[in-house]
This record gives sequence, structure tokens and C-alpha cells, in this order.
Amino acid sequence: MMADSGSNEEVAVIGNTDITSTESENNIINTMVERGTALLKKMEINVAEAEKRTGKNTVNMQETYTVYLIETRPAETVPEGGTPAAPDTLWRRYSEFELLRTYLLVTYPYIIIPPLPEKRAEFVWHKLSADNLDPDFVERRRVGLENYLLRVASHPVLSNDKIFFLFLTEEKGWREAVLETGFQDKVDSRLKSLSAAFRVKNPDKRFTALKQYSDELNTVISQLLRVRARVADRLYGVYKVHGNYGRVFSEWSAIEKEMGDGLQSAGHHMDTYAASIDDILEEEEHYADQLKEYFFYTDAVRSVCRKHELIQYELEIAAQDLAHKKQLKEELATGTVRVFSLKGMTSKLFGQESPEQRESKLAALEQSIQEGEQALKEKNSECQEFVRTAWEDIERFKEQKDNDLREALISYAIMQISMCKKGIQVWSNAKECFNKM
Amino acid sequence: MSVGAPRGLASSGQKPIAEILHPLSATEEPLSVSGGGDKEAGLTNGTPVENSSPASASSLFNRLQLDDDLEADIQDPYALTETRDLFVTVDDPKKHVSTMETYITYRVSTKTTRIEFDLPEYCVRRRYQDFDWLRIKLEDSQPTHLIPPLPEKFVMKGVVDRFSEEFVETRMKALDKFLKRVADHPVLSFNPHLNAFLSAKDLNKRQGLALLTKVGESVKHVAGGYKLRARPAEFCAMGEYLDTFSQKLGTIDRIAQRILKEQSEYLTELREYGTVYSSWAGSEEELQHPLEGVAGCVTTCCSALEEQCENMSQDFLPVLREYLLYIESMKNVLRKRDQSQAEYEGRLEAAVLRKQEDKTPIPVEVEKCQDKVECFNADLKADWERWQSNKRQDFKQLLTGMADKNINHYEKSQAAWESLITLLQEKQTEDKTSDTN
Repeated sequence: MMADSGSNEEVAVIGNTDITSTESENNIINTMVERGTALLKKMEINVAEAEKRTGKNTVNMQETYTVYLIETRPAETVPEGGTPAAPDTLWRRYSEFELLRTYLLVTYPYIIIPPLPEKRAEFVWHKLSADNLDPDFVERRRVGLENYLLRVASHPVLSNDKIFFLFLTEEKGWREAVLETGFQDKVDSRLKSLSAAFRVKNPDKRFTALKQYSDELNTVISQLLRVRARVADRLYGVYKVHGNYGRVFSEWSAIEKEMGDGLQSAGHHMDTYAASIDDILEEEEHYADQLKEYFFYTDAVRSVCRKHELIQYELEIAAQDLAHKKQLKEELATGTVRVFSLKGMTSKLFGQESPEQRESKLAALEQSIQEGEQALKEKNSECQEFVRTAWEDIERFKEQKDNDLREALISYAIMQISMCKKGIQVWSNAKECFNKM
Repeated sequence: MSVGAPRGLASSGQKPIAEILHPLSATEEPLSVSGGGDKEAGLTNGTPVENSSPASASSLFNRLQLDDDLEADIQDPYALTETRDLFVTVDDPKKHVSTMETYITYRVSTKTTRIEFDLPEYCVRRRYQDFDWLRIKLEDSQPTHLIPPLPEKFVMKGVVDRFSEEFVETRMKALDKFLKRVADHPVLSFNPHLNAFLSAKDLNKRQGLALLTKVGESVKHVAGGYKLRARPAEFCAMGEYLDTFSQKLGTIDRIAQRILKEQSEYLTELREYGTVYSSWAGSEEELQHPLEGVAGCVTTCCSALEEQCENMSQDFLPVLREYLLYIESMKNVLRKRDQSQAEYEGRLEAAVLRKQEDKTPIPVEVEKCQDKVECFNADLKADWERWQSNKRQDFKQLLTGMADKNINHYEKSQAAWESLITLLQEKQTEDKTSDTN
């Protein structure tokens, strides 16, 4: 395997614990860009801004919604001192992103389609706003949408999709173009119904294992997100109560002579400590967002497994069907009844058919069998093709997941270290003040 | 120069000028018995062989000496250590089970070069009751001095385990502090009851009880019924200071308790948080070690925080509460001073009226009262300064200790996360090099 051209950069990261968590997150994006699809070689993609709009919706009611500005510019290196070319821009709202995703899901059922950031804020801890119009939420969603576009743009198959390209470049008329593809017809309602169980006799063990893993991952990440939110809540309380020290030290310093100054300054540091938790927890939300992406990814993985189940099921049904028909033909030809059938019984009871009747029946069966064999062949190759392409994407996804989650854990550890350093700083300052008492 | 000292009087022999025995000391004959005897006329400063009268030059000189020592105390509160000749320690708690009761005794060790003690070293066992006895004796025999407080006497059975290691440890530290404070006090340390406490095989607690009670009652009887006219400004200021200070300490106590509560709830959530990472590790391959690493870090942070919490509840809070008791003691002494001033004013008023009526000269008792008040004021001021200086040191130590514990906790956590990053980034190099092979 050829060495990545980007590997030198990544080696520099090792052992460097001073990198910030934003830098670590950027490592994920850099990895995506380096994967170098044809699309990304051509253009840079950004979701630059978010804006509030009001307008009439489909039932003619006023509604407020947010639109996001997508910027694209050619990915050429800018000469020293030169200015980059002005980007092409268009505005999209969340529902359009959703439409794009539905289209991709249906059109590429063997691909694990990247998920969108959450529509509504979930797993919130109480100080964090659950309001969709809250500026912090909107900002995190902007980042999430950019991430989504980059995921699609860096995918070896999805990046070549025409509709995706138009999504990035054609503001008007995109909706019509999507509907024109007629993708809605391909939507299989059976896939949506989670309760429908396909009794598959010979499932591909790899897919079964993958589905189980995906369910486990889904459960554990949701657990993690919920507990993390509770932890954040509690930590918030601990820090904020320390602010009370600030006030009481100040009041106390008023009645002291030599101790007064030291107490007063120490009080200020306690206030600083109490205030520091806001930024700390805000930063941690990025980590939660990274986990959430993979939480939502599990749904996409599940979809692919379900699709496989469905195809496998159809294959087995087709095979069963064919076998049954062949059986009937054999009985008809040899006159032996091996399989119980009502027709067979009645003919036994009420007399045999005429040879002409039998001939025509045989001919019809023969035809049916040939059609069935053709269908089976097609179904078989469809299945094999699906398994092949799906598994290719699954391997790609597994590697991506392992890398991304490791980066996320590193960035989380960096956040924790930064929090500890801040704590040490504040208490050391306070200690100095106490020493001056 | 030790002849003529009454039995048990610790002032026999040479002692520094600063060690003044107050005339109200119970070891001298009670006021009502000796009217103006040579031993306790007015300011009995220095050795009892000197027959000092209130206006004598030597006593004035001695009073100035007292003030000098006062300044020395403020400049360097630990000046005493150079001349310290009495060292006490409380340690080694042991449980005693008898048919009647179960209780804890502590070893009280003494090392001294003072000739008031027969031996240079002592080692006795005392229980809380004995400390309580000592304190009562000191209060009664030295009412003008501030007696350090004892830890709380009563604990609610069923709520606090009187025999738990933590409780015993905390109590023992407080008893040790109490005894050290008494031993460091220039007057209290020469109290014969302290001597008995430190050296006697068996404390005969009934010794001198009857006598004491009489003295105590007579003082109360005499002082009762007098109203204070004008409290000198400095004592007003002391009273106000104590009120505000005790209020602030109460607030700090509440804040510290609230923080402990929040931290305990935070710890509960944090522990669960760690276990989720562990269980996630079970479903992963590549990510198993990183996730287990995170779980390990979280656990380390938990124990670091637990340690800090324990410290706060065992070291910080008890000292705060002890100071609240100390403040109450001090307020009591201020009240007694007020009473003694009120008594003097009352008697003076009565005597002046009588003089106006029938030319009876002002009795000596009234002058003695005046001396008493002046003595009391002087003692109190000296003790106040010493108390203020000790308070400053104690709180400096207490608060820097609190800061240290917090810094410790963050340092431990930081170290854990830093070693995790090294581990995670090492893994990255491994993967990269294996990729390029």
C-alpha cells in the first residue's frame, strides 16, 4: 500500500498533548478531505451561515425557519498574497437536506448513508436550551450540516451522484429534479415497518452479526449520552455553588484588617472558578455531537442490514417457488403424487384428466419454470451484487468509525486535561491569596 | 524564689512577666475570705513574695511589661516556641468496654522542663469527660481568660457512629488542638488543674469541687442585678466583630456542606458514566482498549474526588465548627467582663451615694472591684490579640489546605487523562505503520 501523502502531518500530532480539541476535530475533517474523492478535488464545501426566515408554509400559516448558506469554491491553491475566488452560494433549509437524504437512502440501499444532525435537541442537560431557534443550537446544527455534506462528498460512491451535485449548485429547480428521478417509487414500505420479520432461512452471518453490533452500539451510545447529560448537570452545580464563596469572602474581608486583602482577592478567584464551567460544558457539546453522529449512523447500518434481509428473503422465496413448481411438473409427468394437493385428491376421487389437459398443463408449468429460473438467476446476482457492494461500504465504514471515534476520545481527553489545568490555575491563584492573609 | 507559694499554685518559682495570675484564680484564697491580704492585692503581677499594692511602681512597671509582651505576640505569634517548655500531644485512641458502658480513651503525652511538674515526661489516658472536666475547671478558675473550645459533647446516637474511625479521628484532632492551645497560653498553662490533668494517675474530679462551686456562686451572686452603663468602645467592637464573624463562618459552613452534597451526586453519576464506557468496550474490537482506557480514567477521577471530599468533611468542616464554638466562648467572656464592670459601677454608685449621705469613705472593696475590672480588661485585650493572631494563622492554614486538596484532585485527574492520550496516540502510530506496510 502506498504511504498517504498526509501521513507526515498526522505523525506530528503524536505525543503532542497541547493540541486543542478543535484541532483534533479538524483531524477528522482533514482525513475526509484527504480521502480525495473526485468531487472534493474539484471543490471546497462550507456551510457558512445560518439565517432566520419567515414565510408561509404549505397550509398557508406563518412560520419561522432557519436557512443555511452553502458555499462552494474551486479547490485550487491560492498563490501567496492572492485572494481566494469568491464562492458560489445558495440557501437551503433543513427539510431540503432531509429530502436529499431520503433520495440517497432509496437510490443507494447498499450504502450506509451519513446521518443528518438532529432535528430537535435531545439528550440535553437542563441548562442547555432545547429550543430549535436557540442560537447555540443553530450554530451546532450548522456545523453538523457541513459535516454531513463533507461526509457525502468524501464518499467514493455518493460523491458522484448528480442530484447531490445539483443540491450544492442549483438553488432553484433542485426539488423538481429530485422528484423527477422518480425515487419515491422505489421506496419499499416493507423496509419502513420495523416489526415486519422476514423469516430468512440462510442469512449471511456477517450481516446478522453487523445488525446485532449496530443495535448494541445504538443502545450504548444513547445510554452514554443520557448519563453524560446528567454528569454535566451535576458538575454545573458543583462549580456554581463555589461562587457563593466569592460573596462571603468579600463580606468577611470587610471586618478584617490584615486578612482582608487576601480574602477579597481569593473571593474573586472563586467567582472565576464558578464562571469557568459554562465554557467547559459548551465545549463538551462538540464531543456529544460526535457521539450523536454515530448514534444516528446505527440507523443507517440497520437499514442496509434490513435491505439485505429483504433481498435474501425474496431470493429464498423465489427458490422455494421454483422448487415447488419443479415438484409439480415431476408429479404431473410421472403421475405420482408425492405432494399432497387438493387437485390431486379430487382427480383421484373424481377421475383422471385427459392426456390433452395434462399436456397443456405441463407446457404452462414448463414456461413458468423457465421464467422462475430466470428470475432466480437475476435475484441471485442481485443478492450477490448487493452483498458485495454493501460489504465494501461496510468495511469502509468500520474503518471510518474506528478512526473517528478514537479521534473523538482523544479530543475528549484533551478537554478534560484543559478543564483540570484551569482548575489548578484558579486554585493556585486562590492559594496565593490565602498565603497573603 | 519559690517559697511562700500556696499549695498547688503554679506561680511558685520564677516565671516570665507575662504570666500573670489573676486574683480571681481559685487557687488563691477567695475574695470574701482574705480582705486585702498580701498575696492578692490588686494586680498580683510577678512573684507572690512581692507585696504589691495597686499603685505601686513595680506593678505599674509590670503592667507595661505586659504590654510589651503583647506587641511581641503580634509581631511573631510563634515567639513562644523559642521559650516553650511544655509540649502536649493527644493520640492513640482505644476503645474500652465495661459492663456499664463503652467509651474511648486517648493517650495524653507531656514533655516539659517546668519545675511545676515533678517529672519531665508523662503519659496518661483520658476520655472526653476528663477534657470536659478540665475545661470547666479552667473556665471557673480563669473567668477572665478565653478558654479554647472542645469538640461537641453530644452526638445523636443512630445518626453518628461514636466509634467509627472517622468520628474518633476528628474528635481526637480537636482534643489535641484544645490541649495545645491551653498549653501555649501564658496563663492557662500554669493552671493546677491542667497539671493534674496531664500528670495524675487518676483524676479525682471531685477535688475542690465544693470550693469552686462556692466561688462560682458568690461571683454570680455579686455580679447579678447590675446594669452596665457604658461599654468601652473596643469591647463593643469586639462584640460586633464576633457577631459578624460567626455569621460569615456559618455561611461558609453551609456552602461547604452544599458543595459536598453536589459533589456526592456528581460522583454517583460519574461512576455510572465510567461503567457505560466499559460495557461499550465489550462490543468493540479496535476501540476496546481506548474505551477501557477512558473508563479507567473516569474511575481514577472518581477516587481523586472522593479523597478531596473526605478531606473537606474530616479536616475542613470540623475546624470551622470549632471556631464557632470558640466565638461563643469569647462572647461569654465578654459578657462576664460586662458583668464585672456593671458590678463595679453599681457598687461605686452605691458607695458615692452613701458618702454623700453620711460621709462614709468609699470602701476598699469598691477599689478592688475597679482593679478587677481593669485586670479583666487587660487580660481580655491580651487574649484577644493572641486569639486574633492565632485565628489568622489557623484560617490561613485551613484555606490553603482546602486549595491544596482541590489542586491535588485536579493534578491526579490530569495525569490520568494525559497518560490515556499517550496510549491512544501510540495506537495511532501502530495503525499508521501497519497501514504503510
